[in-house]
Amino acid sequence: MAQPVDAALARSFGLSAEEFATVLAIMGRTPTLAELGVFSVMWSEHCSYKSSRVWLRTLPTTAPWVIHGPGENAGVVAIGDGLAAIFKMESHNHPSFIEPYQGAATGVGGILRDVYTMGARPIANLNALRFGDPGLAVTRRVVDGVVRGIGGYGNCVGVPTVGGEVNFHPAYNGNPLVNAMTVGIAPADRIFLSAAAGIGNQVVYVGSRTGRDGIHGATMASAEFGADAEEKRPTVQVGDPFTEKLLIEACLELMATDAIVAIQDMGAAGLTSSAVEMAGKGGVGIELDMDAVPQRETGMSAYEMLLSESQERMLIVLRPGAEAMARAIFEKWELAFAVIGRITDTGRFVAVHAGVVEVDIPLDPLAEAAPLYTRPHLPPVPRAPLGPVADPLGIEAALLRLVGCPDLCSRRWIWDQYDSTVGGQTVKRPGAADAAIVRLDGSRRALALTTDCTPRYCLADPQVGGAQAVAEAWRNITATGARPLAVTDNLNFGNPEKPEIMGQFVAAIAGMGAACRALDFPVVSGNVSLYNETDGQSILPTPAIGGLGVIDDAALAVGIAPGAGDELVLIGATAGWLGQSLWLREIAGREDGPPPPVDLAAERANGDFVRGEILAGRVVACHDVSDGGLLVALAEMAMAGDTGLALDAAPEGMGAHEFWFGEDQARYVLAVADAPALLDRAAAAGIAARRLGRCAGTDLTLAGGITISVRACRGAHEAFLPNWLQ
Amino acid sequence: MKVAVTVMLKDGVLDPQGRAIGQALTTLGFGGIGEVRAGKLIELELAETDPERARARATEMARRLLANPVIESFSVHIPTEA
Amino acid sequence: MRAGIVVFPGINRERDMAIAIESCFGQAPRLVWHHETDLAGLDLLVLPGGFSYGDYLRCGAMAAHSPVMGAVAAHARRGGYVLGVCNGFQILTEAGLLPGALLRNAGLRFLSMDCFLRVERADTVFTSRWAAGEVFRAPMAHGDGNYTADADTLDRLEGEGRVAFRYVDADGKTSAAANLNGSARAIAGIYSDNARVLGLMPHPEDLVDPLLGGVDGRPLFDSLAAALVA
Repeated sequence: MAQPVDAALARSFGLSAEEFATVLAIMGRTPTLAELGVFSVMWSEHCSYKSSRVWLRTLPTTAPWVIHGPGENAGVVAIGDGLAAIFKMESHNHPSFIEPYQGAATGVGGILRDVYTMGARPIANLNALRFGDPGLAVTRRVVDGVVRGIGGYGNCVGVPTVGGEVNFHPAYNGNPLVNAMTVGIAPADRIFLSAAAGIGNQVVYVGSRTGRDGIHGATMASAEFGADAEEKRPTVQVGDPFTEKLLIEACLELMATDAIVAIQDMGAAGLTSSAVEMAGKGGVGIELDMDAVPQRETGMSAYEMLLSESQERMLIVLRPGAEAMARAIFEKWELAFAVIGRITDTGRFVAVHAGVVEVDIPLDPLAEAAPLYTRPHLPPVPRAPLGPVADPLGIEAALLRLVGCPDLCSRRWIWDQYDSTVGGQTVKRPGAADAAIVRLDGSRRALALTTDCTPRYCLADPQVGGAQAVAEAWRNITATGARPLAVTDNLNFGNPEKPEIMGQFVAAIAGMGAACRALDFPVVSGNVSLYNETDGQSILPTPAIGGLGVIDDAALAVGIAPGAGDELVLIGATAGWLGQSLWLREIAGREDGPPPPVDLAAERANGDFVRGEILAGRVVACHDVSDGGLLVALAEMAMAGDTGLALDAAPEGMGAHEFWFGEDQARYVLAVADAPALLDRAAAAGIAARRLGRCAGTDLTLAGGITISVRACRGAHEAFLPNWLQ
Repeated sequence: MKVAVTVMLKDGVLDPQGRAIGQALTTLGFGGIGEVRAGKLIELELAETDPERARARATEMARRLLANPVIESFSVHIPTEA
Repeated sequence: MRAGIVVFPGINRERDMAIAIESCFGQAPRLVWHHETDLAGLDLLVLPGGFSYGDYLRCGAMAAHSPVMGAVAAHARRGGYVLGVCNGFQILTEAGLLPGALLRNAGLRFLSMDCFLRVERADTVFTSRWAAGEVFRAPMAHGDGNYTADADTLDRLEGEGRVAFRYVDADGKTSAAANLNGSARAIAGIYSDNARVLGLMPHPEDLVDPLLGGVDGRPLFDSLAAALVA
C-alpha cells in the first residue's frame, strides 16, 4: 500500500494530532501502516477506556468472595464447593445497528469467549436490549434481527439464554443497544489468565482462519454514527456458532491438561489486542510470524491480519513440549492450529511478514503512553419536582394499558425463540422469577442471574439512576432467595467529548459506586460503550447491570407465581412517587420530574428481611416492585399464578393512582400462607410492611367495586410483541 | 471447474420461507406476485476439465448429500465462461 | 444393559441426556464419538439434540453420513434400540432409518417452550410406563421440527401404529394451535417398522427432575430401563 503514513491518515484511523505526535515520539520514526493500525486500535476508546478509566477506578471491586475483579477477561467470584462463577457483560451496539442479526450473534460469541478463555464452561447467557420507537419500521427490523441473532448463536452453541431485559425509547432510534452477558463455572483453583510468560514459549493460534472481517471494528465502536452508517457495512463480522461450539469443547479439553501458560480470545482489534495484552501483562515481548497465521483469503497484508476481527479465534502460550498434545486436541475438533510466534525478552511487539518486519513497537510505552483523559463534565441539572398529577383515566384502564405497553408487555415472543433449557439445569426459566435460576451440575447450589437498568431514571438523574440500576439487580436476585454476590456493568453513553454527556457518566458511576458499597455488591467486570450517538442525538444514559447471586439450595428459590389462598404482603414503604414513572409517561403523557429516590439503607434492610423469609421456607412467591408500580407487579403475579386477587383498599392520604402506580423503590410483594405472622416479624425488625389482600377468584378486585379480569390483563399483556412483529 | 447445484423444495412441499418472502414483497408494494419458492445455490470448485464428468460428479454429490430426496429436488449447472 | 450417546460435532444436549439416563438407569451412558464404528456391548443408542455441523446445509444431513452412522444402522438392522431426539430425530430421517423429513417450523421461528404430547401407544419399549392416550409435557427447542412425508407414507405410519407422539393441548386434543411447528398430522415422533427406533422432536430428557419443573419425561427412560434391564 502506497498510502503515506501521516497525521491525516492517523486522523482517519481515529487518532488525534496529539496522539499521533506521541506515536512519533515513541517510535522515533514514521510508523508503518501496520504499526499505525496497532496504535490506533490499542488507543481507541474501546480498547483503552481513555475517557472512562479515571472514573471506573472509583468503583468498589473487592470483597472476600472476589477472586478476580476488573482487568481480566471476565470477573471471577467464589460461589462455594470450590467453584467459581466467571461472568461479564459486553456491548455490540454499533454492529447490531448496521447488521442486526450478525451484530447480535457475534456479540454473544464474543462474550462467550471472554468467559471460557478463563477456563469456565458457559452455563447461561443473558442480555440487555434497548430499541427505538416501536412505531418505526427500522425498529421492527432491528428487533427481529437482534432476537434472531441472539437465538441463532446461543441456541447453536448450546448455552441456555435464561434472562434479559428490553426497553423501547425514541432515543435509541439510531443506536440500539445490544449488551450480552455470559456466566460460566470453573474450579476456583483452575482459572486461566492472559499474562504471557516463559521466554521462548510458543504462541499458538487456534480456531477459525483469518479473513478480512471487521477490520477497524474497535475504532468503529469508538465513533459516532452519521448518515453514512450504511457504508460501514463491510466491517461487520459474521459469526459461526458451530465453530464456537467446537472451540469451547477443544479449549476446555486442553484446559484439563497442564499445557497452557496463558490464553486470550481474539476479540476487538483481533490478533493485535490479544498479543499486546498477553505480552504486556506478562512483562515480556512477543514475536509473530504472520506467514504462519491460518488465512481464509489470499493475499492478506500484515496490516489486515493484525486488525482482522474474524470471530472464533484464540491465542495461547503453551508450555514447552505441549505442542503435539495440543495440536491433536484441536485437530480432533477440526479446528485450525498453528504455531505463529514465541515469547521474547525484548519487551517489544514484533510482527514479520514475508521476511519484512511490519511491526516493531515497544510494549511499555504503548501501554503507559496510552491516552487518559479527564474530560470536562457538567453536573446534571436536577429535574423540578413533579407536583400533584390528577388521574385522567382511572385504575382499570390504566392497568390494562400499562401491562400492554411496549416497556411492560410480556417478553414471551422473545424468550420463546431462545433455548432456555439446554444443559438441563434451568430451575427458573425466563418470566418465572425475578432472576433466572440455573443449578450447578451435580449440586443443590444454583446461581441467580439478572440484568437491569432504568434509563429514563438515568436521564432524569444519572446518580439516582446509577444507584437504582444496581439496587434493582440486587433486589431481583434477593426476590428469589439468593444472596447477591457481584455485578458486571455495561456502561452505554453518548459522546464523552460533550461535557453534559461526560457529566451523566460521572454521576452514574457515583450512584453505582454508592449502591455497590452499601449492598456489598462489587463490580468485577464490565465494558464501556461511548459515542452512542447518531447525528448528534444521544441515547439515554444506560448503565446496564448484570447481577449474580447464589442460593445454596435451589429448591428454596421462589418464583413470582402465587397459589390460590395465599395472602399478599407488601414489604417496603410507599410514598406514591410518580416522577419518571411509566404511569406518568403512558397515561399522563409526560416524561417529567425526578426519579424515585433510592434509599440504600432501606434497600439493604428490606432485602435482607425478605431473603430471610424466603430461605426460612415461609414464602410461596415473591416479586419486586419496579416499572409500573405496585398494581403492575400484582397483575404480573396474578397472571403467572393464574389466580385472581382480592385487594384491600389503598391507604388514606394519597391518590389511588399514586399508591397503585407509584414507583417507590426497595419494595417487594410476598405471597405467604400467614400474613399476620409476617407482619409481626416485619414490625419487630423495623421493616415497613402492609397487607395487600389475598389470592382468590379469577379477577383483580379493588376497593370501590373495580374488577379487572386476569384474562383481560393477559390478553393485553401478551398482545403487543406478537402483533407488532409477527 | 466451477459447478453450481441448485436445491429447491419439491413442488407440493410447503415452503413457508418462500411464502413469507412473497408476503414481504407484496407489503413493499410489488404487485402481481404469484408463488415464491426459496432454495439454495451451492457452488463447487471441482478438479475436472470435462464438463460432463463434472456434471456427473456433482449430480452424485447432490443425490447423496446436497439434497434430501424426501423433500428436495436439485439441478446441476455448469456456468458458461464469458 | 448399556446405553451409548453418540456425539457429533455441534451436538449440545448430550449432557442433558446423560443426566436423564444416569438418573433413570442408575448407570452412566458411554459417550460415543462420531468416528467410532465399534458399538459392541451397547443395547441402546441415543442420538441427542443439538446442532450437528451447525445445522448447515440441512439439519442432520452431514451427521447422517458420519462413520458412526453405519454402525448405528447395523445396530438397528439387528433389532437394536435407537432413540433420536430433536437433532437426533433429524439425523435418523436423513440417514433413512426413519421415514419423512423435518422442515422449518411453519412460523419460521425457533420455538423454545413447553408442549403437550399424547402417547399414541403404550406397548413399546419406549412407552410402557405410560398409558395409551396419556398426555405429558416436554420442552421443545427447535427451528426445524415440522414433520413432513408424502400422504402415502403418512397413511402407512398411521395404519401401522408408527406414530409415537402427537402435539396436543393440555386436554389431549389435537388442534392447529397445539401443533406449534405445523407438523403433518400433528406428528411429534415416529417409530421404525419394528418399533425399536424412535425419533421425536421435544426433549423428555429435560423434564426428569422435580426441581427443573417436573418429571413428565421420566416414563420414557423408566420404560427403557424396565425393558432393557432384563
